[in-house]
Amino acid sequence: MTAISVSKPVAVSAPHTLPAKYVLTSVEKRLVGLNVLMATVALSIGSLFGPLQALEFSGLQVNGVDLYTWLQMFLLKSYYQGLTLHGVLNALVWTTFFIVGFLTLCVIYGLRRPLALPKLNWAAFIVMTLGLVITAVPILLNQASVLFTFYPPLQAHFTFYIGLVLVVVGSWMAGWGFYVTYYRWRKANPGVRTPFIAFSSLITMVLWQIATLGVASEILFQLLPWSLGLLPGVDPQLDRTLFWFTGHPLVYFWLLPAYITWYGMLPKQAGGKLFSDSLARFAFWLFLVLSTPLGFHHQYTDPGVPQMWKYIHAILTYAVAFPSLITAFTVVASLEYAGRARGGKGLFGWIRALPWGDPSVTIQVLSGILFIFGGIGGMTNSSYNVNLVVHNTAWVPGHFHLTVASAVTMSFMGIAYWLVPYVTGRKLWSRKLALVQGWTWFIGMMIFSNAMHTLGLLGAPRRVPLGIAPYVPANWEPRLLQTAIGGSILFFGAYMFIFNVLMTALSKRASAAEMPEIPEAEAVQDPQLTPAWLDRWAPWLTAAVLLVVLVYGPNLFVQLSNMANTSPGFNTGLW
Amino acid sequence: MTTPIQPDTKLSVHIDPYERGWMIAAAAMLVVFAVAVTLASYSLGIQLPGPEQRVNPQTITTSGPWANPGLRQLSASKYEAYIVAHGVGWYFNPREFSVPVGSEVTFYVTSADVQHGFKLIGTNINMMIIPGQVSTLTHKFDKPGQFNWVCHEYCGLGHAAMYGTVTVTQ
Ligand code: HEM
Ligand SMILES: [Cu+2]
Ligand SMILES: [Cu+2]
Repeated sequence: MTAISVSKPVAVSAPHTLPAKYVLTSVEKRLVGLNVLMATVALSIGSLFGPLQALEFSGLQVNGVDLYTWLQMFLLKSYYQGLTLHGVLNALVWTTFFIVGFLTLCVIYGLRRPLALPKLNWAAFIVMTLGLVITAVPILLNQASVLFTFYPPLQAHFTFYIGLVLVVVGSWMAGWGFYVTYYRWRKANPGVRTPFIAFSSLITMVLWQIATLGVASEILFQLLPWSLGLLPGVDPQLDRTLFWFTGHPLVYFWLLPAYITWYGMLPKQAGGKLFSDSLARFAFWLFLVLSTPLGFHHQYTDPGVPQMWKYIHAILTYAVAFPSLITAFTVVASLEYAGRARGGKGLFGWIRALPWGDPSVTIQVLSGILFIFGGIGGMTNSSYNVNLVVHNTAWVPGHFHLTVASAVTMSFMGIAYWLVPYVTGRKLWSRKLALVQGWTWFIGMMIFSNAMHTLGLLGAPRRVPLGIAPYVPANWEPRLLQTAIGGSILFFGAYMFIFNVLMTALSKRASAAEMPEIPEAEAVQDPQLTPAWLDRWAPWLTAAVLLVVLVYGPNLFVQLSNMANTSPGFNTGLW
Repeated sequence: MTTPIQPDTKLSVHIDPYERGWMIAAAAMLVVFAVAVTLASYSLGIQLPGPEQRVNPQTITTSGPWANPGLRQLSASKYEAYIVAHGVGWYFNPREFSVPVGSEVTFYVTSADVQHGFKLIGTNINMMIIPGQVSTLTHKFDKPGQFNWVCHEYCGLGHAAMYGTVTVTQ
């Protein structure tokens, strides 16, 4: 572990043609900034409900009245209307808008050129925002309390589905804009390795476009016509299969932008370099190939999917852990490189030498630590047999608050700590508050997710306001209280971030000298030495599509040919 | 000291020896996991739900075995439990039954309306209940006592109230 020395030989090679820097135009900054703004607004509303849910777990009463009964005075009809807002706004909206904004910046800056079709990317933003509004209205009117998985035959108002489709289509349009930009860059720079942050952003977008075919067909061919009264019923098992076709790779759509900053930016921020450019690229290709064909690991307990296919998806799930393990090594090695370059000595001295006073670095490192636990839990979930113990218990939200709500969300917060100043031309309002915020989230999440995991092992189901469930045994009680404590700390973790972003946007313009730069990390070894097969799309795309066809095709064919649209919709009467 | 410039056609990736070791260890670990999961599921006889039969949720309570749900005794210690999950009203039918210690019960659970879940706490019985499908798993009750099953998929406002109880008698 200690053998990574700073004086490692660095190869020199032919100079390539990229200009050293590029300053985003004010219009480009506005596009990125608006995406991040929408994301933050979503997070600020979504994060109101998480702590309320956690408090409800502990059976909190206000003046002798159950918390949610009391909340009904404020427009909120039920726990589940709140939970729908929480899941949709945090897991779908905060992530998607932030990602589109961040990838836009990475493509422009990575390729050192403006977007080829800026109007298309602006239209993308407008379509996504329109979609968000159209989805939000029925949720706020309690016409769509179907949670963020919207499993039929719970039936939302049709506008809920239309809004979701628009958000997805908008994100595709942003992707098309990236592709054209990349194509033009490639024409002008033959033989040059695609700069890493642009390269990885493009892969993330392609992965998303393959993945979303599942949920797009679920909505367009089943849920939308059904909610409009054009189809008398749907086939809920088929719809779950289509949903999880998207659902698993969705988690990589969230995670890969975090990997982009861990590989491509964090090393620079910490004062070092990317340890291995080739392996970073290799990991991204493996994600493209492997992240879609494993959706059945969310359906181990579904009656309508044969055990053999579940088993095949289980094995492939272990395969996709491999690129994450590569990432773990490369990221830690890059940080060690940075720590030693800053004078850290000894086996662990480099850790202390990292810039712990930099909030963006600190929160990203902390997010990585939480992700270790998230990863271990993920491998547990994906076990064909242990899944029976944890499926749909409180363990599952415990798990994904370590992944999407920590590894991903904290990394995005870390990005925002330099990105918001960069796009607004302001200084971060308070670095100290930002530092405290990162640690608060980390501590709150340790407490919260530990409680949720334990509750799950004890048998507590998810999506239940456990404080009012009639079957709660005494040995769950301390953990329910622990959930509420962790959740309350997280509330402050969320709002310190939101407040800081808001105050930054409202503060005075900073002078040019105070402006942060985009932290793009150099690689230890010149990327031109990375073999060309790691910068070529055709073989990897073909492999990705082939694998999806192989491990989804046969069972999807069976499910489609046995399709029975016998489930009519159930709506507002149920909530 | 620098590495020489490689031509563009170079195929192999430069990998640090520590990283190579890590990758081999990671791959080995994942293979061990996959093998362990495979062996464990065979040797412990782990069963997951799989295609059983298709039903029509709209007629489930009027015809077929779920029109008359409940416990059926097959032999001295073998039972079948036919259970319907109801989202309209939020209850399982039946909500409870009892069997003597040592009984092997095969559950056949389906839904009359929306999706539900079925987790028998403290056992390996964990199933999604999906309208149009029948979920089935078998459990042998070796200890006396009361065992709750809970609904673990959101099925509307009363989801928290949906549970049932198996009483295992001496
Ligand atoms: C502000 C701090 C947060 C707290 C205290 C919190 C708390 C909770 C709790 C207690 C639940 C469980 C509800 C249940 O199963 O009944 C939950 C569900 C969930 N949370 Fe959070 N959460 C927070 C932030 C986040 C963030 C940042 C994300 C995503 C980026 C997120 C995504 C989700 C999702 C997807 C669910 C599942 C919703 C469902 O089952 O439909 N949460 N949260
Ligand atoms: Cu998954
Ligand atoms: Cu239920």
